[in-house]
Amino acid sequence: MSLMYRIQHPRDALVWEGEIPLFSRYTMGIAGERFFREIMENGRLMGTRCPECDLIYVPPRLYCEQCFAHLDEWVEVPSTGQVHTYTIVHADLDGNPLEEPRILAFIHIDGTDGGLVHYLGEVDPDQVCIGMCVEAVFKDKAERKGGILDIAYFRPVG
Amino acid sequence: MKEHVYETVYLREKDFQEGRVLFETWDPNARYAWDAGIAIGRFLQELKAGRLVGTRCANCGRVMVPPRMFCEHCFVPIDEFVPLEDTGTVITFSLCYVTWDMVRIEEPQIPAVIGIDGASPGMGIMHLLGEVDPKAVKIGMRVAAVWKPPEEREGAITDILYFKPL
Amino acid sequence: MGRNRVAIVGAGMTKFVRRAQETAKELAWKAASKALESCELTLDDIDAVVVDTAPDAFDGIHMNAEYLSDGAGGWGKPVIRGYVGGGTGVFAAIQGWYHVASGLFDTVLVVCEEKMSSCQPHPQGAFLTIFDHTTERPLKPNLLWIFALEMNAYMSRYGLSKKDIALVAVKNKRNAADHPAALLGDPDITVEDILNTEVLAWPVQRGDVSPISDGAVALVMCAEHVARRVTDKPVWVEGVGWSLDTAYWTNRDLSYPTYVEEAARMAYKMAGITEPRKQIHIAEPYDPFDYKELHHLEGLLLFDKGKAPEATALGITQRDGDLPVCPSGGLLGVGNPIAAAGLMKVAEIFWQLRGEAGARQVPGQPKRGVAQAWGDLMQVGTVIVLGI
Repeated sequence: MSLMYRIQHPRDALVWEGEIPLFSRYTMGIAGERFFREIMENGRLMGTRCPECDLIYVPPRLYCEQCFAHLDEWVEVPSTGQVHTYTIVHADLDGNPLEEPRILAFIHIDGTDGGLVHYLGEVDPDQVCIGMCVEAVFKDKAERKGGILDIAYFRPVG
Repeated sequence: MKEHVYETVYLREKDFQEGRVLFETWDPNARYAWDAGIAIGRFLQELKAGRLVGTRCANCGRVMVPPRMFCEHCFVPIDEFVPLEDTGTVITFSLCYVTWDMVRIEEPQIPAVIGIDGASPGMGIMHLLGEVDPKAVKIGMRVAAVWKPPEEREGAITDILYFKPL
Repeated sequence: MGRNRVAIVGAGMTKFVRRAQETAKELAWKAASKALESCELTLDDIDAVVVDTAPDAFDGIHMNAEYLSDGAGGWGKPVIRGYVGGGTGVFAAIQGWYHVASGLFDTVLVVCEEKMSSCQPHPQGAFLTIFDHTTERPLKPNLLWIFALEMNAYMSRYGLSKKDIALVAVKNKRNAADHPAALLGDPDITVEDILNTEVLAWPVQRGDVSPISDGAVALVMCAEHVARRVTDKPVWVEGVGWSLDTAYWTNRDLSYPTYVEEAARMAYKMAGITEPRKQIHIAEPYDPFDYKELHHLEGLLLFDKGKAPEATALGITQRDGDLPVCPSGGLLGVGNPIAAAGLMKVAEIFWQLRGEAGARQVPGQPKRGVAQAWGDLMQVGTVIVLGI
């Protein structure tokens, strides 16, 4: 019996299929709970401010990553911002083409040191540009569930 | 030292069910196709034929099962397959009353490590025991493989249904 | 070999709970900020950060340590992650040690975090992939099998009863009643309580198993010149060791953890320990299951093979015994957020040697202790010896 047996047919090249039968359930956390409740209940964006470093975090954080202080100063921030960068997505997670391309952007929120990754809407892909001013379009209150999709998308201002 | 412990917010399962806490869920859809490889590829083909095989290290002489194409002790390649018996000895076992996600099962499954005859002492594989009263299972018990009928075999460890007492 | 002396000067942790609302980052920050606060240092004093967690599948975050590095104080700093399964917690302290011992960094923050409650429907699912995908997983195993098979092999080799082993669970859950971070402390629990719990995978019953938990632990480790400035009670790392056995676990003697012995011998040699039973005063062996404490005490050469149960029955391992073992309450009592639980053991030795363990303080002013963790495919031992 030799170790290097010869594969006679492709089906003899054995593959074993399996899966990892898990899903994850993530809490929003201490800071995230308040952030998403403010969106859900009041349709507004909030950040946390580090007075020491003069930073406003959006999404808000419980701590300052630079000086490690506990952050408990909450500030309302605008729901407007500028497109810092964007991409036009033509395929889904499995690589299948999308019927309509989607525009995904990182939006720097005005007056803060942070921003959100979200979709752009009410805009043609070829009209999007870096630096474009956009605003959050919140879903109707009845449809909000306490998550990032309570914002339907961002759209150009004006 | 109490001052060195930071309190955390303890949630109960019903806090999620009753909407008192916000959360997101995500299914990673993690599906894989693993190549069986050289040594285990051969092992599976032999299972389909109703045989167990191991490999022998030319350097230390160990006959190993599951087979492998290198000896992890001597770190030399192995090129000799060795036919093994489909009988063996229970090295250790358990009586398991739960599934992996902790659902109770009434009749216990009996996983065991079975030292395979023809392999070096202590060389075992994990499999299940069957056709045996759970109370009667003992370490040291002699067992034999119960094979699926040839036409149902697919080249898998489950071509052996279980091991039963000799 | 020209290694610098390394001290632990600070420690902090979160309360361990079954389900925390905090995110992984928030847990890491809570532990790390407590550790810094405990030695009055700030993030500016930290040169590098070690962030360790066990499988990413628990938190459900790929590259989890990198994800939570800002919560662990890693912003703009050299950050590294190590991972040896359940052995990770003690290995994190070993990594902190070699960062400083090498001379590369003076002060290092070591953070371990685990949020197992994210993992649904049950964290056991994350363990399924430790079984070989072709030769074992088609049998639909669950993680308890591997422990049950090992526990049965251990009991059978030495003729032990379930009661001999349940004494460990009783001791640790009672000890944990004095730990302010504990999840399952119970001062009144009895052997009968443990023996009456549900059978999961015989011989493993629910009472033999540590609870699924969320939590984080952090240490501050530094070079001698920094330690002398920061504290008058440095706790020195005297020895470290780690070793892995083959992953072909069905080919091994499951009744004895040879890899723990190899890791212990490496650490003892570095520490100059020739008679561990005399020279080690306190031990925190890894106890995710009650029999594992016994198994590991033997691997650590603190008792002869098969003799740790007898020592437990005689009270030698009680907090006021000759060799206090798991005075923290261990994983069985404090909880088992995998990587964090291992580092909790190192923190316990730190607090005990400084005389700061409060109601858990062991008598007799111990001078040297050992912490150990275990994991991967039941094949790794990680050991650290601390002294004053």
